[in-house]
Amino acid sequence: MTPLLHAEALGLPGRLAPTDLGIDAPAFVCLVGPNGSGKTSLLHALARVGKPGGTVRIAGEDPEAHGPGTRTRLLTYLPASRDIAWPLSAQDVIALGLPPGGVADPAVEALETAEFGHRRVDRLSTGERSRVLIARAVAPAPRLLLLDEPSANLDPKWQLRLMGLLRKLVETRGIAVVAAMHDLDLAARFADRLLMMKDGAVVADGAPRALLESPHLREVFGIVRGSAGWELV
Amino acid sequence: MTRRVTSALGVTLLLLFALSLATPWRQLADLVAGDRALGLAVLQELRLPRALLALSYGAVLGASGAAIQALFANPLASPDLTGTTGGAALGAVLSAYILGFSGPVGLTAGAVLGALGALFVLLALAGRRAEVATLLLGGLAISALAGALTTVALALAPSPFAFYDAYEWLMGSLVDRSLAQAAFAAVPALAVTLLLARQAGALDSLALGEEAAEALGYRLTRLRVGIVCLSAVGVGACVAVCGAIGFIGLVAPIFARRLTRGHPGRGILPAAMIGGALMTAADLVTRVAPMGRALPIGVVTALLGAPFFLWLVVRMRWSLAR
Repeated sequence: MTPLLHAEALGLPGRLAPTDLGIDAPAFVCLVGPNGSGKTSLLHALARVGKPGGTVRIAGEDPEAHGPGTRTRLLTYLPASRDIAWPLSAQDVIALGLPPGGVADPAVEALETAEFGHRRVDRLSTGERSRVLIARAVAPAPRLLLLDEPSANLDPKWQLRLMGLLRKLVETRGIAVVAAMHDLDLAARFADRLLMMKDGAVVADGAPRALLESPHLREVFGIVRGSAGWELV
Repeated sequence: MTRRVTSALGVTLLLLFALSLATPWRQLADLVAGDRALGLAVLQELRLPRALLALSYGAVLGASGAAIQALFANPLASPDLTGTTGGAALGAVLSAYILGFSGPVGLTAGAVLGALGALFVLLALAGRRAEVATLLLGGLAISALAGALTTVALALAPSPFAFYDAYEWLMGSLVDRSLAQAAFAAVPALAVTLLLARQAGALDSLALGEEAAEALGYRLTRLRVGIVCLSAVGVGACVAVCGAIGFIGLVAPIFARRLTRGHPGRGILPAAMIGGALMTAADLVTRVAPMGRALPIGVVTALLGAPFFLWLVVRMRWSLAR
């Protein structure tokens, strides 16, 4: 069977050491690691942003062989920045992610952006704007959904609803989600697999619970789980 | 933008164009009544090139203003504020007075190279996603430098009449250009306008940020170089024939985006239509100066555009203070 994602020798000079990554079946994969560990760089390399090295095949297809309009069938990418330079309405921002005449995946309704669809994104709260931008990435129903800190700026309720939506997309649409996350507990609760990164390389890869119990956590983050939650070493 | 708004813009543009051909009506009517051939010659040799130049120069300023603003993600980037028109003027003066290529090809090549130089210096100075401050300061510095160098070039020119000769052109003028000269500016200007409008989708996606646009499959380096070169060719060709005319490239896109619900790329075509209309209207204003005098059109656009710019500054201050 063709793997959902097969990436070889992904690299960005000075930011990401050559990295292989395979996702065989639909899965929710979280990237964790301290600031500057290379999570965004790995997402960039997968999304083919900034002339990265290596090759990416999504369900056997090369995303770089697809131009605007068809590439979103394979992958979409949510950058960490939530800024939009122009006074566009929320629904227009979501439409920018779709090919001309394309219809949004009904799954985006779970993000409840319709209630402020006509409002300008620069007048929304940061959390509302985040939901709009996530909806923009989800709308074209890509096979590989790449998200940089999707839960940032969201309140606790919306963090849970977002993670639930991503899980549901993996299960019902059969896609792969790769998300950079800072909230280790949230990642462990919803993800199928964690990739732990340090200094531009993946240092551990495995089931979330096992990885967070492993000595890698102490090495990579400099924290341990104590009685009151995470504590400094 | 709805079809109705597009047609309304188109009709306004046509009306202004017709008005530009017909104004002042009395002289034309008298001429045609006295000598039909002479009247038609005036219409064809004097008024038609002028109206064509106003339309195409305004259109290319509007379109390249909209494209440059979309590219820099900055509503204040325009051909004049980025130093593009100033660079084009310097290039044309250097070519005509220092190097001695005063034919239309030499002038146009000089202006296009000058405009290209200014835009690439600005890209290097202000960076890709330019902050308002760095962009305006960079543009100001380039404009000032280009202006000063233009003056130096004219002062050092072998011809002692260089200043006098270039004055009218430097202030911006659409008057007394031949149909051939008009075509020399209008053909590249209209072609550039259409080519820029083809980039609407890419520039709209750029609203999501460079990373998102690149992940969508747009090639940003190619887009950036393409927009800069197209703008330089279009604006340069017009500056070579008509001199530097300011503010249209700033104002037209701002109005245009109100018609496209804020979409910067989709605003290119309406910005071109509004730019053409504004330039034609400004040219009509130059004809109502008292005592049969003619105002330079660059002065009219500055007189109308500068207060608009001030209003923008006040509005920005207000929105920052909120």
